[in-house]
Amino acid sequence: MAEITLKNLVKKYGDGFPAVNDISLDIADGEFMILVGPSGCGKSTLLRMIVGLEDITSGDMLIDGKRVNELAPRDRNLSMVFQNYALYPHLSVFENIAFPLRLAKGHHSEEEITSKVNAASDMLELNEHLERKPANLSGGQRQRVAMGRAIVRDADAFLFDEPLSNLDAKLRGQMRTEISRMQRRLGTTTVYVTHDQTEAMTLGDRVAVLKKGLLQQCASPRELYDQPVNLFVAGFIGSPPMNFLPAQVDGATLRLPFCDVEIGADLAAKVEGKDIVIVGIRPEHIKDASLDDGVQGAAFTAPVDVTEWLGNEQYAYIPFDADPAVRAKLDELDRDLDGEGMRTQIVVNLDARSRIREGDDESFVFDPALMHVFDPESGDCLTRDEAKAKAIAEESEADRRRGLERAKARESKNATT
Amino acid sequence: MASQDIKGTKPYTLLAIPIIIWTLVPLLWTLALSGKSPAALASANENTLGNFWPKDWTWDNYALIFTGGASDLFLPALRNSVVVCLSATVIGVILAMFCAYAIARLNFPGKRVILTTALTVSFFPVIAMVTPLFDLWTKIGLFDTIPGLIIPYLALTLPLSIWVLSAFFQAIPWEMEQAAQVDGATTWQAFRKVIVPLAAPGVFTTAIISFFIAWNDFVFAISLTSDKARTVPAALAFFTGASQFEQPTGGIMAAAVVVTIPVVILVLIFQRRIVAGLTSGAVKG
Ligand SMILES: Nc1ncnc2c1ncn2[C@@H]1O[C@H](COP(=O)(O)OP(=O)(O)OP(=O)(O)O)[C@@H](O)[C@H]1O
Ligand SMILES: [Mg+2]
Repeated sequence: MAEITLKNLVKKYGDGFPAVNDISLDIADGEFMILVGPSGCGKSTLLRMIVGLEDITSGDMLIDGKRVNELAPRDRNLSMVFQNYALYPHLSVFENIAFPLRLAKGHHSEEEITSKVNAASDMLELNEHLERKPANLSGGQRQRVAMGRAIVRDADAFLFDEPLSNLDAKLRGQMRTEISRMQRRLGTTTVYVTHDQTEAMTLGDRVAVLKKGLLQQCASPRELYDQPVNLFVAGFIGSPPMNFLPAQVDGATLRLPFCDVEIGADLAAKVEGKDIVIVGIRPEHIKDASLDDGVQGAAFTAPVDVTEWLGNEQYAYIPFDADPAVRAKLDELDRDLDGEGMRTQIVVNLDARSRIREGDDESFVFDPALMHVFDPESGDCLTRDEAKAKAIAEESEADRRRGLERAKARESKNATT
Repeated sequence: MASQDIKGTKPYTLLAIPIIIWTLVPLLWTLALSGKSPAALASANENTLGNFWPKDWTWDNYALIFTGGASDLFLPALRNSVVVCLSATVIGVILAMFCAYAIARLNFPGKRVILTTALTVSFFPVIAMVTPLFDLWTKIGLFDTIPGLIIPYLALTLPLSIWVLSAFFQAIPWEMEQAAQVDGATTWQAFRKVIVPLAAPGVFTTAIISFFIAWNDFVFAISLTSDKARTVPAALAFFTGASQFEQPTGGIMAAAVVVTIPVVILVLIFQRRIVAGLTSGAVKG
């Protein structure tokens, strides 16, 4: 059990490139923290700095309030699951899991080691493989062995570096829920690196979004989704991603490609003096007007290019021409998000009942209150509601505590019976 | 798969047969000669297969080197050979292991210099070193001693061992060690419990190569020893026949067969250990 505090951590590699740039994070005891971001943004580097495999160029790293910058990995009492598992091929599964216990000489008797390893293998369903060598195991089994090695000793925190990235989609889903259940049950502080946003959203109590070594936002998944601080976070979180439209500012009116939207006085004051802003609308917030679901607000008619019907939902794509003034900004955002430089289009996530057909002009409606407005220069979100964000944060923190208590209560009940 | 393999390898099998015969005949010839009596050595009539194999196999030559006249020469030489070669191998492999590990894992000034020096030394003609060494050894009292042979053998085997071992160490993923460190190992424990077992095939390979180099050496053995530290290859040159006019062919051949046996046994024991790919399963994929 431990609390991990990062204070202005900086990592510069030999070539002077700051892979991690001034990152500060407070990871609470028992919290599940996710580090997410596009490839090369410094997630692994940050994790390796926490565990002690990478020197810290500047800043402080504290575990339970104690500064550990200079401690060797073995003195930090953290355990890690590597991206490629790093199992010991010359040892059996049992010995792999027992390895950390055997290294702590004199701390554990042989019976203790056996019982601890068996407890871990029970939890991970590795019992019938204990005598086998890692080379003969499947990817998922190896992943579980790596996890067993991490949980077998009472480490202060677990660190995972993209542990599921090499598994196929189905197994990944199963292992994801396994990890979540295990973390709740053990109540151990966990830092988890991923670039899969499903993992980030489902596993994390809080998610830290990184871009080029800089921390963009650290918040609960719900807050990231509803109240992103900037264009990058808004574009990174959510699938399919948020639609970004250029909008001309005309007093208290925003002129979008297909319609005009009236905005409130607060927002009008914020966008005053700008010619153009970027408006973000989530695909599921745009509705088929003909379905009459009671959505009131801005209505528009636009030609549908392609539709994709997936059974439970369907997507409609509406191409539009972006204003050259914001085109550059949108292209840059696309590159930051590892995008393919696709042409600008609106994605609409429609109800499966919708009878919208491709090739026709169709009418849509969306609620302007759900729209995000971004400053095209800085990328800052102008519609972020701090009060709402705070409420969401408090709510998710309360949820987390309740979850941990529930798990602890269940554990102690199991222990007494 | 299987049938394709067989089809694909057939030309290689055909090619291998003449090569096997080519290399095996001299060995069989040695074996055959070691079982011939002096009469059979002199006359083709005593032999079958066109003067190749003796009609009456005799153990006289073996008796000669183990209990007969040549035993004072052969037995001490055999003991010297074993002591010198085993010591040179053990010391060499241990030194090479540390050196190769440092080269594979650490970045320090002079790393390239060490590697290129090692390579240069291994290309240096042995014969050019012998005379100066002889002078030096006689002056400092190393001539005709066991350490006097072990030292040049180390110089001979170390470069090769370092190169082979550092290649093996480099093939071991960094993560193995980092995982061990996170699991609570010191650098030394990570080296001993993870890296050395994983590099075991490399260690055995270098050990065997070093042993063979030392075991087969003739130049140093004949030049730097006299009767006290002489090893088998040198001792063979001092065998004498029953009379001045008789060549001790049978005895030499018997000794040659005897010194080949440890080599064959070593290869048979370790061939299964010298399999690469022990690291498979360490990382995913
Ligand atoms: N040993 C190194 N020397 C120099 N630069 C490095 C080194 N390791 C990483 N970097 C740089 O640091 C940056 C961050 O790397 P890091 O491995 O942390 O990325 P990541 O977020 O884990 O990416 P991925 O999702 O691809 O694993 C990259 O730009 C990379 O080029
Ligand atoms: Mg990484």
